[in-house]
Amino acid sequence: MDRRAALKWMATAAASAALLDASLLGAQTPPVAAKGYGTDPDLLKTYTPGELWPLTFTSAQRTTVAALCDVIIPADAKGPSASSVNVPDFIDEWVSAPYPGHDADRRTIVNGLGWLEAESQTRFQNSFTNLVTRQRNALCDDICYLPNAKPEHRTAARFFQRFRDLTASGYYSTPEGMRDIGYTGNVALEKYEGPTPEALKHLGLA
Amino acid sequence: MPLITSSKTQPSYDVIVVGSGAAGGQTAYTCTMQGAKVLMLEAGRNYDPVKETPMFQSNGQAPLRGSNTSDKPFGFYDATIDGGWQVPGEPYSSASSDPARQFWWWRARMLGGRTNHWGRISLRNGPYDFKPHSRDGLGFDWPIAYADVAPYYDKVEMLIGVYGDNHGLENTPDSPAGCLQPPPAMRAGEQYARAKGKKLGLPIIPIHRAVLSQRQDPDVLPKKLHPNNPRAQRILADAMRQRQACFWATPCGRGCSIKANYQSTTVHLPPALATGDLDIVSNAMAREVTTDASGKATGVIYVDKTTGLEHTVKARVVVLAASSAESVRIMLNSKSARFPNGLANSSGLVGKYIMDTVGASLGGQIPALENLPVHNEDGAGGAHTYVPWWLYKEQVAGKLGFARGYHIEFESGRKMPGVGVTAGLDAFTNGSYGKQFKADARRYYGSFVGFAGRGEMIPNDDSFCDLDPTLKDKWGIPVLRFHWKWSEHETRQAAHMQKTFAELIEAMGGKVRTPPQADGAKAIEPGGKIIHEVGGTIMGADATKSVTNQWCQTWDVKNLFVTDGGPFCSNADKNPTLTIMALAWRASDYLLDELKKGNL
Repeated sequence: MDRRAALKWMATAAASAALLDASLLGAQTPPVAAKGYGTDPDLLKTYTPGELWPLTFTSAQRTTVAALCDVIIPADAKGPSASSVNVPDFIDEWVSAPYPGHDADRRTIVNGLGWLEAESQTRFQNSFTNLVTRQRNALCDDICYLPNAKPEHRTAARFFQRFRDLTASGYYSTPEGMRDIGYTGNVALEKYEGPTPEALKHLGLA
Repeated sequence: MPLITSSKTQPSYDVIVVGSGAAGGQTAYTCTMQGAKVLMLEAGRNYDPVKETPMFQSNGQAPLRGSNTSDKPFGFYDATIDGGWQVPGEPYSSASSDPARQFWWWRARMLGGRTNHWGRISLRNGPYDFKPHSRDGLGFDWPIAYADVAPYYDKVEMLIGVYGDNHGLENTPDSPAGCLQPPPAMRAGEQYARAKGKKLGLPIIPIHRAVLSQRQDPDVLPKKLHPNNPRAQRILADAMRQRQACFWATPCGRGCSIKANYQSTTVHLPPALATGDLDIVSNAMAREVTTDASGKATGVIYVDKTTGLEHTVKARVVVLAASSAESVRIMLNSKSARFPNGLANSSGLVGKYIMDTVGASLGGQIPALENLPVHNEDGAGGAHTYVPWWLYKEQVAGKLGFARGYHIEFESGRKMPGVGVTAGLDAFTNGSYGKQFKADARRYYGSFVGFAGRGEMIPNDDSFCDLDPTLKDKWGIPVLRFHWKWSEHETRQAAHMQKTFAELIEAMGGKVRTPPQADGAKAIEPGGKIIHEVGGTIMGADATKSVTNQWCQTWDVKNLFVTDGGPFCSNADKNPTLTIMALAWRASDYLLDELKKGNL
């Protein structure tokens, strides 16, 4: 490890440790002071994360978020990866929102990202973003399913569960994600025909 | 006469209508179509669904992917403006801190009120529903029978446009030919439930909803609805030509810019305004009804929310259509030497016997619906299917342990994905991620179903509202305090719902997502949560035991009417809006007749 890399590692590990301590002590991330969109927002305009309330992630956290999003939703034959359709922006918007419940998600996600970085350094002496697939999977396998997680991984497993839900929420609500999951509505039709013959056959109702 | 400001009101009107939703819209429509001069007061802002409805906006365009927040409790794209369970500056209170005795009050502050976002489910009360006390000795009989209301159900269905069909089932009235529009085809999950639910004896049939599955016939319907009234026929025909049929996209809860579903702002108010006989003042928060020395109503005092100033407007007749609880509030706040306990309250019953609908729900996952071949299931932007109450005979035989019925609403289909689209999926996938997760998401999408029970609550002495002794809203107007208690008839019914839903999910080869709740007190939703609150100014045949007569006319003040859900003296499992409109039309016909005769 050269000096620059060592310094970077120490800084990251220190930051992660601080976050871990904060989570262990039950300390809270600072509350969001921003206002919401109110009870009569413009419903016709398209909104961009960051325009209604300030975002949370540092650039380092953002990099980790993008990497983990793509571990959960990579590109395949049916659709692109989560980061390529701006899912990290949505997650940042979500954890930064000044509404009840979002505070808890912000703590879960920010602390979880800290754990992920620290754990990557501990196990592989590298940032999560720089891990090879085998290393990432080894880490994720420990935390991807809460009922199977070891006691020391349960907090991280809760983080992963929430992160996966948010990644999927962000991804499948994009045009690309809607196509991927098989949502073909939101188009005007002359007539509503009900299930296709293939769908009825699948159900044994044809 | 149009949307006006406070300074432009006329010196006097024939009728003042407080509220612009289902009741206010219908009242103003019926009165203006027959030439009465009407002033409508709406506490919220003006609202134009043609310009403001987010048609085709997808969740990805909204903040937080359109999910619900405390500012928009039914999601970002829900039509509700300045409303919800809490309205800033306009509180209400609860008499009890017991969680089981809370009442949730949903309000909307916008022209058209809650009709802009409602579920559009439009079921007729049946013959039993008007005479419940005669059947089981509980609650109250209405002073009217199904036959009195049936002609008005016919008219409302033809006016607003309702899809559905007839099955000749007990206490589930058929509509005469020409009233209903064809129902849309059932979705895959609904068809599967129908096939598999047969062995449970559940009649799974098309629901009735106020959505145009085809365009209305402007040459036929106006003549049926307004015989011998060429002006009304012409105006209504023009209004019907402005409405398009459903194009099978965009959830109805957003409202509808093409006017394919019913909301007061697209169906009642445009023709009423086209008569030239309707003035509407929005941002007008009604405070009290004024009276003269003889005890007759003379008009309404309201706060103009844009200036904070009070205004007094006058009319020969005052109609409260502000929502059942809001109308109660106005009456209780209309105190005078002659009416020290509030207006039209000699019976002491104003605010008493408020009811909501019993609600409970259960979800399941159905393996047969996994990997369903991709197709569009948007449909009519709401329910296509339901189960009307089917256990009348068992109930009458005393086998169920609760006195009244419920219907079942369905939640299924390949809906537009939003937040939570894969929530809970890890229980099926052992926490998959990566390409496997994407495959799992496709496999399970659309395989989840939900069933919601909507049941009848029996009015009781412990469920009522009165004025809070100290709390006022930001306009200085005393606010309501709610008292609430479910009886065992409701909690046992909620437990029965849970059991039925679990059986239906199992009959479909599925698994419940949470265990069915055997304790009805835990299964039941809080009072008010279903947003079907009615009662508070119940109708009856005896002036000492009711607030209004069968014409929604208060016993004490003959030129004061209440046409919202307040006069309901029972709350059948049938969602109340269609009945509110039918009774409002009937009351308005009577009111106009009495006005003509000089009796008001």
